[in-house]
Amino acid sequence: MPIVETQAISSELIREVAFELNRRAAIGIPKDVGDSIADMAERETQKLSKFVLLEIVNNYKVAVDEQRPMCADTGLPRFYAKIGNDAALEGGFVALERSVRQGTADATERVPLRPNRVHPITRHDYNNNVGIHAPTVDYSWEPDVDWIELTSFHKGGLFGGDYRMLFPTDGIDGIKRFFLDVISEFFKRGLSCQPAIVGIGIGGTKDTCVRLAKEAACLRVVGDRNPDPQIAELEEDLNDLGRRTSLGPMGFKGEGAVMDTHIEVAYTHTGGMPISIHHQCFALRRATARIHPDGRVEYRENPFWFTDYYRRDSVA
Amino acid sequence: MSGTADLEMKEHHLTTPATPEDLAKLELGDVVYFDGLIFTGRIGLYKKLFDEKAPPPVDIASLTNVTFHCSPAVGQNESGEWEVAAVTATASFRFEKHLPLLMDGHGVRCVIGKGGMAQQFYEDHFKRLGAVFLNTVGYGIGAQYGRGITGVKDVYWLDELGIAQAMWVFEVKNFGPFLVECDARGNSLYQMALAETNVELGKLYEGLPLPTLKRMGEVHNPEDEVF
Ligand code: SF4
Repeated sequence: MPIVETQAISSELIREVAFELNRRAAIGIPKDVGDSIADMAERETQKLSKFVLLEIVNNYKVAVDEQRPMCADTGLPRFYAKIGNDAALEGGFVALERSVRQGTADATERVPLRPNRVHPITRHDYNNNVGIHAPTVDYSWEPDVDWIELTSFHKGGLFGGDYRMLFPTDGIDGIKRFFLDVISEFFKRGLSCQPAIVGIGIGGTKDTCVRLAKEAACLRVVGDRNPDPQIAELEEDLNDLGRRTSLGPMGFKGEGAVMDTHIEVAYTHTGGMPISIHHQCFALRRATARIHPDGRVEYRENPFWFTDYYRRDSVA
Repeated sequence: MSGTADLEMKEHHLTTPATPEDLAKLELGDVVYFDGLIFTGRIGLYKKLFDEKAPPPVDIASLTNVTFHCSPAVGQNESGEWEVAAVTATASFRFEKHLPLLMDGHGVRCVIGKGGMAQQFYEDHFKRLGAVFLNTVGYGIGAQYGRGITGVKDVYWLDELGIAQAMWVFEVKNFGPFLVECDARGNSLYQMALAETNVELGKLYEGLPLPTLKRMGEVHNPEDEVF
């Protein structure tokens, strides 16, 4: 296919959009999550759990009405960039990364976001959420389009994630047990700040499954099912298991606190089945925009991340 | 002990410093709001005060007896005043080493945080001092808590510790809701809650074999906790 002549996307525009995405992510709850929590609050039968859920719903409203960050742990800002194969960037990828870093420093000062990023050894805080490998930018590609899509995500929470090397002999029961283990670890006392979206990465290598678990938790909307029917069925089974744990919001007894389970897979070593699980808390900070070469910016409800191309299994 | 379904969840509005009588009447699961002053502290402050033994920047006991394990999302307006947009707790169990020093040495009797602390710790320190532990709700309902902060009275060691770890003194009004996790008698809401949820959790593990490859130091009893 011939390379299409296309206008370059301006780096100044990317900086503005990166700022705006950070602002939107910090304050407004995405609709899928807001609806899901409201629904859980409605269905909850236990009084402590219901009290917590109603306060969460109320907090989403206060955040928007008064333009405050919904949670003061504004997390670690990071970006997911879906790049159209036919897109051109003014100044190339180095300019894109500069714009995203600048947009993050701007947002930290002006939204404001809490400056959470520190040097891991000295613990020094530079008060702008920018530094070595910060913000993280993950890339994926999409054929036959000329736009780029940026998703800003503020990843809060120190808890709610785990990794394990399972083996083919552990099978589906092994996955179920690990799912329960991570709930036992982090739903008690509400360390995951559940209701949570549970993202699971199965297969690949250690780093791949950890990455997929996080993407599955952060970039797929509540109610979305994996296109592979066998995996979709496992998602439903785990949702049911999560409900039956009786661990509700803050770890109080309730009707469960798994908003949804999203599983992603990667082909893996013939001898192993590495698995990672990630709990995304109810203060889900996500905002997405598509930037077109003519300068149009389209703010979108949902990220377009897990595409057929991204999940392809073919040689071509 | 009766279950969490029987809790009354009474609402209390307290003014700081909270009196021993105020604290004594709080029951597990009650909902508390504050007016007055509270100060923040987490590991940066504790290291400075207790490991480096730096003299406190202010007489804490004369200010308030309520502390909050948290950091604010805060900015400065055009005239240079601090405005707190939101505030959220950080997990409290990490502060076992320093918290008794703050309580014994600086008069703190009310700790607001996340996740609560171990039962033994409550018995050793909270019961002894008639102190209470209050959990934030959610935990991430930072916008609601931000709304309850009407001003910043002072901030100490900001340059050295940064915004997240500095000691902030907030003026608060109708600041809450917080849930009573440990009462002045050392009882814990989480001990009650865990006893209830462990019943179901234990059943779900039945028939699921242990993983092929074990890990050093791990636990397999679903009733165990990770701290
Ligand atoms: S886990 Fe989520 S809700 Fe909880 S404090 Fe962190 S960012 Fe906020």
